[in-house]
Amino acid sequence: MSIPKTITLEVSRYSPERDPQPYFQSYEVPVKKEWVILDALNYIKDQIDGTLTFRWSCRMGICGSCGYTINNEPKLGCATFLTQYGRGPIRIEPLRNFPVVRDLVVEIGEFLEKLKKVKPWLIHEDGNGTGEYLQTPSQLEEFRQHSMCINCLLCYSACPISGLDPIFVGPAALALAHRYNKDSRDQGADERMAILSHPEGIWGCTFVGECTRVCPKHVDPAGAIQQYKIAGAIDGLKQFLMPWGQKGKQPKREAQKS
Amino acid sequence: MVNKETEPIFWSLFSAGGVVAGLFLPIELLIFGIAIPLEWMHQPSYPALLALVHSPITRIYLFVLCSLPLFHFAHRFRYTLYDGLQIKHLNEVVFACCYGIAILGTVTAGYLLLTM
Amino acid sequence: MSSGQSSAPALAPVHGENEQPQVTYTEFHPRWYRPQISTYWWLGKWPYVKFILRELTSVAVAWTVAVMLMQIFALTHSGAFYDGFEALMALPVMILVNFIAFAFLVFHSVTWFNLAPKAMAVRVGGKRVHGILISGPQYLAWIAVSAIVLFILATRT
Ligand code: SF4
Ligand code: FES
Repeated sequence: MSIPKTITLEVSRYSPERDPQPYFQSYEVPVKKEWVILDALNYIKDQIDGTLTFRWSCRMGICGSCGYTINNEPKLGCATFLTQYGRGPIRIEPLRNFPVVRDLVVEIGEFLEKLKKVKPWLIHEDGNGTGEYLQTPSQLEEFRQHSMCINCLLCYSACPISGLDPIFVGPAALALAHRYNKDSRDQGADERMAILSHPEGIWGCTFVGECTRVCPKHVDPAGAIQQYKIAGAIDGLKQFLMPWGQKGKQPKREAQKS
Repeated sequence: MVNKETEPIFWSLFSAGGVVAGLFLPIELLIFGIAIPLEWMHQPSYPALLALVHSPITRIYLFVLCSLPLFHFAHRFRYTLYDGLQIKHLNEVVFACCYGIAILGTVTAGYLLLTM
Repeated sequence: MSSGQSSAPALAPVHGENEQPQVTYTEFHPRWYRPQISTYWWLGKWPYVKFILRELTSVAVAWTVAVMLMQIFALTHSGAFYDGFEALMALPVMILVNFIAFAFLVFHSVTWFNLAPKAMAVRVGGKRVHGILISGPQYLAWIAVSAIVLFILATRT
C-alpha cells in the first residue's frame, strides 16, 4: 500500500480566553511510515503553529499523558501510527468526559481526587508499609494485570457512565482498588469496600465494557469491577443475613490511624 | 432506597435472575410463543399440562422462573433509564416502578401457584 | 482541586457583541469547556448501540415472564381460559412480538455467558483459567436445560 505524502489533521482548538466553544483547525502534515500522531502534532507545533497545546512526555506509552480522541476513539498519541488512517483526514480532539482547559489539554483534577479515595497503597496492620513483605510469583499474578495502569484516562473517555455521572469513581480508579485488594500483602479490602460498595462506586458500573476495549495496557478495568462487584455482593449478603457477625469488621484499623 | 446496604442485594438478585433468564426463558418462549402457535409442535392437552403444573417441582420451577428474572429486569431496566434517558432526578420513581413490577409479578406467581 | 467542579461555570459567552475579547486571568484556568453529553449518546458508536441493545433485553425478559404469568393464570382457571390463551398466542402480532422477544432473549443468554468469564477470575494452580472453561459449561447447561424442558413437554403432555 502506498503511503500518501501528506495527510490532513483536523485538530480541535479551544482558547478559554477567546472561544465560546472549540472549533476545528486543519493542518497538512507530512506522512512518514514511522510517525505516530504525536510526531505529527509536534511537527505542527514546531513548524506550523506554535500555539497548539497538547500534553505529552515519554513518547513510549509509559507516562500516560498523550491521550486524545482520535477519529472518535480514545487513543494514545504516541502509540497510534499515521499510516493506519490511510489518506485521512484524522480528527484529533481532547479526551471526552473531562473539562477542556485548552486545545487538547483536559483537566484531570477530579480524577486525581477519585484516585486518592480508593486508597491505592498497601494497607497493612503492622504500620505504614515500611516492612518487607514476601510474595510468590503466583500471588503477584493475581493482580499483576490490574497494576499495569498508566493513568492515561482513555478508559474514562470511553466510559459513558463517567460522562453522565461525574462523581462515579470510574474504571481506572476502581481497577486500582481491586489491584490492591488482590495483593497478598494488603489488608485494606474491608476499608476500601466500605467506600466503594456505593452507587457511585462499583455499583454505578453497568458493564459497558468499553474501558477494557480501549485500554492500551490491557488492565481490564471492566473485568476488575465485575470481580469487585461479586466480592461486594458476598460482603453485602453476609451483612444482610447475619448483621451480628460483621460488627467490628469495619473499624479494624481505626486504632492505629495517624 | 438506592444505597450501600441495598445495592449488593439488588445486584445479587439481578445476577441470579440473569442466569435463570439466560438458561430457561428462551426455550419457554420458543415453545409457547412461537413453536406451538406456528404448529411446529402439537398443542399440549389441557389436562396433561394442568397435571404437570400441579407437581410441586413444576410449581417451584415456575415460581423461580417468574420471580428472579423480574428482579433481573428491574435492576437492568432502571439503569437503562437512568443512563439512556439521563433522568437521574426521577430515580425514586423509576426505582419504585421497576421493583414494583418485580414484586407484583412475584406475588402474582406465588398466589397463582399456591392456590391452584 | 476538589473545588474544581464549582469553579467551572457553565459555558457563558466570553464576550458580548462589539466588545473586545476580554482577557481575564484567574489563579488557575479562566474557563473550562465542559461538553454536554447528548441524550442519544448510545447511538454514537457501534459498541454503545450493542450495549444498549443488551440492556434492553431486560424488556424481553419481563415480557416473557408476563406471557408465562398469563399462561399460568389461564391454566389454573379453566380449559376455556387456556383456549383463550392459545388463541391469543396464535395472533400474528403476538407471534411477531414473541419472535423479536426471543431474539433478544438469545442475545441476553449469549452476552451473559460470554461476559461471565470476565467477572469470574477463577484460578487453578496460580493461573487464571481460560474463559472458555467458564462460558463453555454455561452453554452446555443452556442446551441441556432446553432439551430437558422440551423433552418433558413432549412426553408428558
Ligand atoms: S486502566 Fe487502562 S485506559 Fe484506564 S487509565 Fe489505566 S491504562 Fe489508561
Ligand atoms: S507520551 Fe507518554 S504515553 Fe504517550
